[in-house]
Amino acid sequence: METIFALASAKGKSGVAVVRVSGPRALESVEHFTKKVEPRRASLRKLVFKGEVLDEALVLAFPAPNSFTGEDIVEFHIHGSQATIAALLSALGTFDDFRLAEPGEFTRRALENERLDLTQIEGLADLVDAETDAQRRQALKVFSGAIGERTQIWREKLIRAAALVEATIDFADEDVPVDVMPEVRELVGEVLGQLRSELKGSASAERVRDGFEVAIVGPPNVGKSTLLNTLAGRDAAITSEIAGTTRDVIEVRMDLNGLPVTLLDTAGLRDTDDKVEAIGVERALVRAKEADLRLILRRQRDEPAMTPIEDDIVVVSKADLDGGDFSALTGEGIDRLVDKVSDVLAERASGAGILVRRRHIEAMQKAEDALESSLVGIEDGFVGAELVAENLRTAVSAMDSLVGRIDVEDLLGEIFSSFCIGK
Amino acid sequence: MKHFDKDVVVVGGGHAGTEAAHAAARLGARVALVTIAKDAIGVMSCNPAIGGLGKGHLVREIDALDGLMGRVADKAGIQFRLLNRRKGPAVQGPRAQADRDIYRREMQSEIASVSDIEVVEAEVTDFHIVGSRVEGVVLKDGARISAPAVVLTTGTFLRGVIHIGDVSREGGRIGESPAVRLAERIDDFGLPLGRLKTGTPPRLISQSIDWSILEEQPGDDDPVLFSFLSDGAVSRQVSCGITHTNEETHEIIRANLSRSAMYGGHIDGTGPRYCPSIEDKVVRFADKQSHQVFLEPEGLNTDLVYPNGISTSLPQDVQERYVHSIRGLERAVIAQPGYAIEYDYVDPRALSSRLNVRDIDGLYLAGQINGTTGYEEAGAQGLVAGLNAAAAALGKDPVQFGRETSYIGVMIDDLVTRGVTEPYRMFTSRAEFRLSLRADNADQRLTPLGLEIGCIGAERAKHFHAKTDELSDGQRRIDAVSVSAQDAASQGIKIAADGRKRSGRELLAFADVTFYDLIDLQPDLDDIREEIRTQLKCDALYAQYIDRQSRDVENLRRDEAHRIPRDFDFEELSGLSNELKQKLLRIRPETLGQAGRVEGMTPAALTLILAKIRQQDRRRA
Repeated sequence: METIFALASAKGKSGVAVVRVSGPRALESVEHFTKKVEPRRASLRKLVFKGEVLDEALVLAFPAPNSFTGEDIVEFHIHGSQATIAALLSALGTFDDFRLAEPGEFTRRALENERLDLTQIEGLADLVDAETDAQRRQALKVFSGAIGERTQIWREKLIRAAALVEATIDFADEDVPVDVMPEVRELVGEVLGQLRSELKGSASAERVRDGFEVAIVGPPNVGKSTLLNTLAGRDAAITSEIAGTTRDVIEVRMDLNGLPVTLLDTAGLRDTDDKVEAIGVERALVRAKEADLRLILRRQRDEPAMTPIEDDIVVVSKADLDGGDFSALTGEGIDRLVDKVSDVLAERASGAGILVRRRHIEAMQKAEDALESSLVGIEDGFVGAELVAENLRTAVSAMDSLVGRIDVEDLLGEIFSSFCIGK
Repeated sequence: MKHFDKDVVVVGGGHAGTEAAHAAARLGARVALVTIAKDAIGVMSCNPAIGGLGKGHLVREIDALDGLMGRVADKAGIQFRLLNRRKGPAVQGPRAQADRDIYRREMQSEIASVSDIEVVEAEVTDFHIVGSRVEGVVLKDGARISAPAVVLTTGTFLRGVIHIGDVSREGGRIGESPAVRLAERIDDFGLPLGRLKTGTPPRLISQSIDWSILEEQPGDDDPVLFSFLSDGAVSRQVSCGITHTNEETHEIIRANLSRSAMYGGHIDGTGPRYCPSIEDKVVRFADKQSHQVFLEPEGLNTDLVYPNGISTSLPQDVQERYVHSIRGLERAVIAQPGYAIEYDYVDPRALSSRLNVRDIDGLYLAGQINGTTGYEEAGAQGLVAGLNAAAAALGKDPVQFGRETSYIGVMIDDLVTRGVTEPYRMFTSRAEFRLSLRADNADQRLTPLGLEIGCIGAERAKHFHAKTDELSDGQRRIDAVSVSAQDAASQGIKIAADGRKRSGRELLAFADVTFYDLIDLQPDLDDIREEIRTQLKCDALYAQYIDRQSRDVENLRRDEAHRIPRDFDFEELSGLSNELKQKLLRIRPETLGQAGRVEGMTPAALTLILAKIRQQDRRRA
């Protein structure tokens, strides 16, 4: 059993940094630097290594089993400079049977020594993950069993479908219905449809967490940067009458009627010989396409500079000059525009799915793939009933992995990878 | 060192008993096979057929380990059919009608040919017990055969009760006595018991059937045999007949349900859902107007016909009436009425994966006594119990079978982890790695294990090595084939014209590309033997899926590698529900993987177990 150590406090410069040591030789580690310390008492000590003072530190010892990991633990509270931390860590690394802890290893040891049970650790993991109130609420929804309920229904349908296919395989010699295909196709199609819409919602769930991207696009000098500045309430982008002023993509994070939104101001779309501007135009197109929503500005007389996708909003700018939909200069129509944008986004947020964790989404994507393959097999006229069955099995087990029958090591990996080293 | 008469005593000479005795002897054990009637060794007591879906796979696996069933069935086979011929190779199962007499005779001669097996004709009435160990058996005349391992394969003999209508009497198979005293001893052991039932149809006299008006079901033109060592069918081949029940049949049965042992309330045991009696079929599928009946000849030199599909526990007079209502059977003579049999089985969750009773050293159980049905299931268990009994007696390592490498492993794991609620029968759908556990590659999967443990004879070893060489040579040659989309198109094979050349293996991965197509493209592949071609095709066909499953296989292996120590204290685990704790205490899983398959297991509980194992390992280290 090795003794592990790591920085337990946040990385970077700080007043005090905590280095935690856990394992059978943890208490010994103190004696490499200074005299023994009394358990559960803060002792102020000079840490001397190879004849040199590393730092003056508070040293705390927690003998097993009454410690976070259940093993002997020593904490060194040192001055939080990068150099001090590095010096202590590298000194610890020179001792026999000492090594740097892997991510989450302290927590893992706590679990193994039954200092924490799994639910406590799961709770801790989610607490660490949650950044906003919305996330906390999402997590709660998941914990109340929303995913379980949904997948349970899907699972039952798929098991029914699989059973039909299996019947034609395992009871080929007996009186079984020959043409089970229509029912199988219907069951699989139904689940696949619902699964897809849930997956679609998962993207919104992710947006609720990370913010929606809204790109302002249009030809040069249509007033994109002016609109950005107006919405942001500050001069984030340089504006001028010279067409092509904005060359890079400018991002402004803001609260739009309660929704987290990142506004993107982009270079005006036009053919240009200016190399730098051309790069800007290219970038504008790429970012605009990747955004969740595009606000396409045009002049009264022009066609939109790019084709709107889905709910994209096309508006005529400069109401003050040409009688458009809004004017960023006078503020006319701005509220209506903001409402329009937030209505679209709110609609999407309301469709936010219950698949909030990457693990959920990946499992469902795996199920989706498998179901698609099985449909192909079914359309093939059951050339490979055993392959249809195999795909259904894959889909069911992907769902199982969500509701609980998950591989132990994966689960541990998932949990422990949620923890920062040394926590 | 203690002196024993034998290394292994096998009690019972049925399908489990013969495989157990033979397997133990192959490992080098001195074996006593004790049976009530020498002449009954190898008797097929139910339908005269071997193999089928899942079952055929088991026979191939028994054969791959140099067991008996495949070889014997090939000699006795009078009609071979490969089931699911039109589906993928992974779900095709070889099946054969067998001549009962030839089967029994061949089985007896196989057993007789092994000098290390002594056949003892006697009734075993008790075990010889030393402390908590079974060290042999006691015969009815008081004689004792001592051995460090005893394999009990007594089938339905444990408190067997036969029902024909409202008449019931004690008995195993018709004409044999149940092993009541042995059953009492099992009671003393306190093993958990359950009760099951199974039924048989009336046997008919062939000459009394009007075959001329019945549909004929012939065997395959190119018979697929069981044994990797067999070249072709040796017995004369015959056809089966097919007829159907009708409304009149069903009416007769409905009117007499109260006289059926099952419906008259005489039977408590649970019967198999997949092999219902005709009473069950009529009641449960009331809207079905007709059920298929296969008329299977019991042999070449017998008048008996086994009408598969109408097993019953109705009284004899009702059996006659409903049989006569069926087309072609109007004047059929019943040689022996159908009957239902109820019997005790030992809850297999009391066994380890080596099939020894966990709490009683030296005692192994195999076959129907463990709640299974079918010759193949019994034979495969006999093999596992025989190998392990011999291994234990000879001080060798246990022989384990994984779910990822064999149907045998799937069955053993299902039995000892999940127990049974109805007679357990193998299906291909029970094997999650079905695409790689095929009948065609059973030798590639298992013969290496057999060679390692030493249960493979010289002939098979030679045959196996030759085939393996041919396979790798064939694989190398088809991998070397390089075909453009254009060349492929000339043979009618459509592949994407992406400029990339395809290997022979890649072409064979397409379901509709046959080995013959490949030969057309590369004529020198013509000298590859049919058997090798088949397996190369199967391997290529499923390669993509098997590859995808490899992670699951890895996970399984890793979980199986976390062994739970025999003395692991599930009681001490905090945070487990009481229900789950009780289950774990009963099943006592041997590995983390097995624990994960316990019904109702949660990830949290598994993690607790894992954590505890690691903690214990650490303390020991």
